[in-house]
Amino acid sequence: MSAVPPFLDLHGIVKRFPGVLALNGVRLEVRAGEVHALLGENGAGKSTLIKVAAGVYHPDEGEIRIDGRPAVIRNPHDAQALGISTIFQEFTLAPDMTVAENVFLGREPLRIRALSIVDRRELVRRTRDVLASLDPQIDPEATVRHLGVAQQQMVEIAKALSLDARLIIMDEPTATLTSHEIERLFNAIARLKQRGVALLYVSHRLDEVKAICDRATILRDGAFVATVQVSSTSIDDMIRLMVGRDLKDKFPKVAVEPREEVLRVEQLTRKGVLHGVSFSVRRGEILGVAGLVGSKRTETARAIFGADPIDSGRIFLNGKEVKVRTPGEAIANGIALVPEDRKRHGIFACLSVRENIVLSALRQFSRKGLLDLRHEQRRAQECVSSLRVATPHLEKQVLDLSGGNQQKVVIAKWLNTNAEVFLFDEPTRGIDVGGKIEVYKLMGELLSRGAAIVMISSELPEILGLSDRILVMRDGRICGEFDRAAATEEKILNCALRGAA
Amino acid sequence: MPAVIVAMAVVFGSLNPNFWSATNLSNVSRQMSILALLSLGQTFAILSGGIDLSVGSLLALVSVVCAQQMKDFGVIPGIAAGVIAGGLAGLINGVIVARARVPAFIVTLGMLVAARGAALTLSGGLPIAGLPREFLVLGAGYLGPIPIPTVIAIVAFLLAHVVLSRTRFGRYVYAMGSNEEAAVLSGINVANYKMLVYITSGVFAGIAGVILTARVISGQPTLGEVQELYAIAAVVIGGGRISGGVGGVGTTLMGVLVLGILGNGLNLVQVSSYIQNIVIGAIIVGAVYIDLARERRR
Repeated sequence: MSAVPPFLDLHGIVKRFPGVLALNGVRLEVRAGEVHALLGENGAGKSTLIKVAAGVYHPDEGEIRIDGRPAVIRNPHDAQALGISTIFQEFTLAPDMTVAENVFLGREPLRIRALSIVDRRELVRRTRDVLASLDPQIDPEATVRHLGVAQQQMVEIAKALSLDARLIIMDEPTATLTSHEIERLFNAIARLKQRGVALLYVSHRLDEVKAICDRATILRDGAFVATVQVSSTSIDDMIRLMVGRDLKDKFPKVAVEPREEVLRVEQLTRKGVLHGVSFSVRRGEILGVAGLVGSKRTETARAIFGADPIDSGRIFLNGKEVKVRTPGEAIANGIALVPEDRKRHGIFACLSVRENIVLSALRQFSRKGLLDLRHEQRRAQECVSSLRVATPHLEKQVLDLSGGNQQKVVIAKWLNTNAEVFLFDEPTRGIDVGGKIEVYKLMGELLSRGAAIVMISSELPEILGLSDRILVMRDGRICGEFDRAAATEEKILNCALRGAA
Repeated sequence: MPAVIVAMAVVFGSLNPNFWSATNLSNVSRQMSILALLSLGQTFAILSGGIDLSVGSLLALVSVVCAQQMKDFGVIPGIAAGVIAGGLAGLINGVIVARARVPAFIVTLGMLVAARGAALTLSGGLPIAGLPREFLVLGAGYLGPIPIPTVIAIVAFLLAHVVLSRTRFGRYVYAMGSNEEAAVLSGINVANYKMLVYITSGVFAGIAGVILTARVISGQPTLGEVQELYAIAAVVIGGGRISGGVGGVGTTLMGVLVLGILGNGLNLVQVSSYIQNIVIGAIIVGAVYIDLARERRR
């Protein structure tokens, strides 16, 4: 151990919320110039711990030391003054201001101090200096709204640097980035490291942790589990520490013999988006759809589901052509969509578990125009039991459930509509390891009931682990198809990047 | 919130024993019935994630249409014309909100201005007097000991409660307000149900307008100014969420009672109407603040 005290040292941190012990004596130590991963399932206490370091929450007990000296962080301003900057998943940039204005917001260089007149030239120059080491392509005078997510993230990092941050906390920074953008982010992180900046990196993507982190601290159920050297810890070991049990099979694949074709799509076309997408999927089969972000996989699913209009193309169900112009027609034809962005498109956060589950099939629960609430309860209870949704009762707001259980509620909704074709769009995004396995098992159960599954995923291990066949999309076209046996990560990536199998 | 209402009643009752007199209680309930009906319509609009700013002006338009038709064709056609006028205005709101996808705030703001203009145009800016005597029962009459407007409001509350809690339309109102995009992806025909929401709000304004016409014994093109704001206040004071999805008939009833008892009580203890406005304004903000604070603590 080095004699130099770590930059940030949290010790015995306890944080209680009404009815919940969110952090129970947690320890975290981040050294200057290291990339430190913070790992744990959803609900393990990662977010709470970050918010303690960022000054958003006050710990009920415990000690915070900065450079070995006791420190008090009363609010985010204190944290910044101590050199701690946090980049949350939801950015805090002002979208209609320029990059430079955002980076120096509230600290603009002034030309005439008394009149608070901003020295624009100096502002732009300093911003360019900060950006030089991150992404020189970003124009300091561009409006933030017009930048992509990745570039906005760089602006957030630039803002942190301009504040002389010594520790930058990043919460799931790669969740919405393409692999190319992730590479750029990693380069920027490497340069920050060289400058002696410490990084606390929160991610569910363990391969990324393996690639860029030096050490990792693992939390489970609000408690400290271990701090390990990443180089000497395998991904399986990290998972074991996170879930506290062995996950023998990360991808429980149910062997179902694929039967007859259920869905066939021919030449689906939407000007500027989809260019002649054709494929079919059989009962008992998972068709994986791989591709980079922006390859129009989500758009394909939405078009089949009637959520977006198409210019031409035909959809066949069980050999018969069907017209799907609205989600209502898709549902009537036995198609279900489990959308990518659960919060925006999947759940009704302030409605109860029961109301969410029965919503798409209310006609079944109507008698003489009135809803039969007892019938709803019975059905919802059946779904909750068979999908193992962890909820204290049926009237709980879905908002209060974990990501994995919210996803189960979304799936449960489609069990009531006699869906035969399930379009899963990033089915396990933002779900912890244990929850993922539960979702995979459910997919297996759907298959054994005779359903067909189209699974869009950006996680290649998931695609390879679960799919019977794999399609690769690029720029609104299908550019490759692989059998389960023949597919490898390299082949799929190569196809997704270059557009050739 | 029920505790607040009881406390208000106790305080006003001890300051002025007349508060508990049968005459006063019957008067309060009669006065509250107009706000109650408007707030019910507003409950649908706000729950669904929208808003209806036009209901105050619709009172005036309905009143003028009702009075004119009544003088020409009789009591029942007059009443029908008034309710239909409210429903039609709601339909126009609904079509523009749901089909043209203009924000509800803007559409109903436009209707607020236009309906007032229509009321003034139709009436030439003058009250329409000389309505049949039988009609006035609707405003001043009793069913047993209970004023007829109160009876209508109670029936409307029960009906709205059944619709919101026990019908598909009601459930979809909550779903749209909770997450409109998810509602579309759940196969709900959001556009149609939105139209139905604004028609509902318009019809409630129509019924309220007819009763108000009976109470003021004439068609009045200047009725109902800022009533839309009190209706919105009633919805949110009780705990309805302004962005939709949370609330219901129960919370709206609480809001109506708070505003109604407050107005009546302050009158009885002789607080000037100018100061009353200050108090009511503070209560609106305070009640919502308390509600939000409770939610944030979770």
